Amino acid sequence: MTDLAENQISTDSPLGEVAGDQSSMPSGSVALSARPEIIGGPPPGAATLEARDACAWFGDRLVLEGVDLVMPKGKVTALIGPSGCGKSTFLRLLNRMHELIPGAALDGEILLDGNDIYAVGTRAQQVRMRIGMVFQKPNPFPAMSIRENVLAGLKLARLKCDDKDTLVEQSLLRAGLWKEVRDRLDSPGGALSGGQQQRLCIARSLAVYPNVLLMDEPCSALDPTSTRRVEETIDELRGEVTVVIVTHNMQQAHRVSDLCAFFLAEENQPGFVVEQGDTLEMFSSPRDPRTLDYVEGRFG
Amino acid sequence: MLLSQTDGVRNAVAGIALEDNPVAQPPPVVERTRRVIAEVPSTADRNFNRLTMGAGISVLLLLLLVGGFLLIQSSDALSETGIWTFLTRTEWRTDVQPARIGVLGLLAGTVLVAVVAVGIAVPLSVLCALAITEYSTAKRRKWLVGVVDLLAAVPSLLFGLWGFLFLSDKIVPISLWLSQNFGWIPLFETQENAGLTGSIFIAGIVVALMVLPIITSVVREVFSQTPPGEKEAALALGGTRWGMIRNVVLPFGQGGIIGGSMLGLGRALGETIAVALLLPQVPQKLGESIHILENGGATVSGFIANRAGADAFTTSGLLAAGLVLFIITLATNMIASVVVSRSRSGAGVDI
Ligand SMILES: Nc1ncnc2c1ncn2[C@@H]1O[C@H](COP(=O)(O)OP(=O)(O)OP(=O)(O)O)[C@@H](O)[C@H]1O
Ligand SMILES: [Mg+2]
Repeated sequence: MTDLAENQISTDSPLGEVAGDQSSMPSGSVALSARPEIIGGPPPGAATLEARDACAWFGDRLVLEGVDLVMPKGKVTALIGPSGCGKSTFLRLLNRMHELIPGAALDGEILLDGNDIYAVGTRAQQVRMRIGMVFQKPNPFPAMSIRENVLAGLKLARLKCDDKDTLVEQSLLRAGLWKEVRDRLDSPGGALSGGQQQRLCIARSLAVYPNVLLMDEPCSALDPTSTRRVEETIDELRGEVTVVIVTHNMQQAHRVSDLCAFFLAEENQPGFVVEQGDTLEMFSSPRDPRTLDYVEGRFG
Repeated sequence: MLLSQTDGVRNAVAGIALEDNPVAQPPPVVERTRRVIAEVPSTADRNFNRLTMGAGISVLLLLLLVGGFLLIQSSDALSETGIWTFLTRTEWRTDVQPARIGVLGLLAGTVLVAVVAVGIAVPLSVLCALAITEYSTAKRRKWLVGVVDLLAAVPSLLFGLWGFLFLSDKIVPISLWLSQNFGWIPLFETQENAGLTGSIFIAGIVVALMVLPIITSVVREVFSQTPPGEKEAALALGGTRWGMIRNVVLPFGQGGIIGGSMLGLGRALGETIAVALLLPQVPQKLGESIHILENGGATVSGFIANRAGADAFTTSGLLAAGLVLFIITLATNMIASVVVSRSRSGAGVDI
C-alpha cells in the first residue's frame, strides 16, 4: 500500500507542480531580483547576437553558406529546417563549439553585442561562458550531485560566488526543477529522469547567468509534460536571456519563438537561410513557397 | 481512472473491490507456468561452442597445473621449515644445518621494487594517456600509440642490461640528492659510505619503464571512452581543456587508472631479468629499517633466477617462494579486474 501511495504522488506531482510554479512564480523576475553576485561572470542582461555572412566547412565540404541573421536581445529565435541543413552547425558556430571538431573551419563574423567572438585575442572560454548551450541529449555530469551539477559552470570557468545556496536555488527555480529536487540536492545528477536531467542541464547553463542560451532540439528526447515544462522555462527566460532554439517541432517553434529562421540545403549544396522574420508572420503568410511547404509539413 | 492495471491487481490482492470502475476488472487469478523454449543449435554452432569451451577450460587447467606443480614441488621445503616460519623469516641460509630459509625478506624487496615502479609509472602513464587522447591530432595519436606499443615489445633483458650498464650511474646523483634532502624519511636514509648503485630505487625505475606501456594502454582505452556529451558540456560551460579533463575525464577514468595500476603492479611483482641483473639478491633485512636508495635487496623472481639449479632442498624452497609470488600476483590481478569492471568507465574494457 505504501508503494501505491508513492506511485500516485510521483505520477501526479509534475502536473501539480506546473500549476504551483506558475502561481508562486509569475515570472522569472523573482529569481532575478535577488540574484547573487558572481565575480568574473558575464555582464548582466541579455545580448544581441548577429551572424554576418557565416559559412562553415567540415574538411573540404562547405555545409553552410552566407547566413545573415540577427538574434535580438531578450528574444527567442527558432531555427527550423529539414535534417542535415546545418542548423546544429550554425548553432555551434555561435559559441565556438564548431572549432572543436577536427577539420572544421568557418568564415564570416559572429557579433555578440557588436564584438566579433572570433576576433584575435578573444578566448573561446570567455565566449562560451557568455553564450551557454543545452544539447539534444541531456548530459548532466552523472557522478556529481545535483547541486554540484548546477555549480559546475562556476568551477569550470573559475568564477566565485559567495552565496552558492541561493544560486543553486534560483537556477533550479528558473529551470523549473526546484520543487522536484529540493529535498535531494545531494543525490547524483544521473539519477534523475530524462526530462529532469534536461532541466538540470538548463539550470546548469543558467547558473553562470549567460547573456545568450543556445538550445539544440532540447525537447526531442522528452515526453510531452517535460516538453511543456521546458517551453514554460523558455517563456520565463524571455527578456532576461537571448534564446536561440533549434526545433523540428513546428508547433513548438510557433509556441515559443518571437522570430524564426528557415534553413534549407539542396542536394549536395551548402545550407542557407531561405526566409527569416517574425514567427507569426512566417507561419501565417510565408513569402517563399518552400517555407510554406515546410511549415505545413509537406516535406522535410 | 488513475489506477493502472498493476494498481488494480494490487487492490484485488488487498481485497478492495472496484465496483465504481467497471473498466478496470481485476484479471482472474490463474496459476501460470512458464513455457520452455526449446532451442536446437545447429551443428556448426554446437561444434564451435565445444571448441571455444575447450580452449577456455584448457587455460584454466593450465593455471591449476602450474599451481599444483608448485604446491607439490615445494612441499618438501615447506613441511621441513613450517609454513608460518617460511612466511615470516627474512633470512635465507642454506649453508647451515638445518637450512634456515624464509620468504619475507624476498617479499619485502619485491613489494618495494613494485611500489617504486608503480609510483613512478602511474603518473607518467596517466599523463601519457592524456597526451594521446586529449592533446593530439589524429595523426600524432597514431604515432604516439605506436611508440608506446613499441616500448612494450622491447625484451625485458634489454631493459635490464640498459639499466645495469647505462642508467645506474646516471641515477646515482638523483639518489644522492634524495638522500641528502629527504634523508629524514626512514625509507630514503642512507648509511655512510654505502654504495648507491644496485639499489631498489634503480630497479624500481627500470621496472617502471617496463610496466609503463601496459598501464598507458589500459588508461588510454578508458579515457577514450569518456562520453563525448559530458566533455562537450564541460567545454560549453566555459571550461578550459584542463578543467574538462579534471572534472570529466579523470573522474570517469578513475576505475581504469586504479585497475591499470594494479595490473602494472602484477607485472612489476613478477619482473625478473632486470632485477636479477640490477640487485645484489641479498634478502632484505627487516630488523633495521629498509633503505631503498642504497645497494642491496632481492626480489622473489630475481632470487629464483639467481639461485636456480642448486640442490634439491634449495630448489624446493625456491619453488615455495615462487608459489607465494604466484598467489600474490593472481590476487592482484583479480582485484584489478574487479575494480575495473565495477567502475563506470571499465564496464566495457577487459584487461
Ligand atoms: N562532425 C561532422 N563531420 C563532418 N560532417 C558533418 C559533421 N557534423 C555535421 N556534418 C554535416 O554537416 C551538415 C549539417 O549538419 P547539421 O548537424 O548541422 O544538420 P542539422 O540541420 O542540425 O540536422 P538535424 O536536424 O538532423 O540535427 C550535414 O550534411 C552533416 O552531414
Ligand atoms: Mg542537429
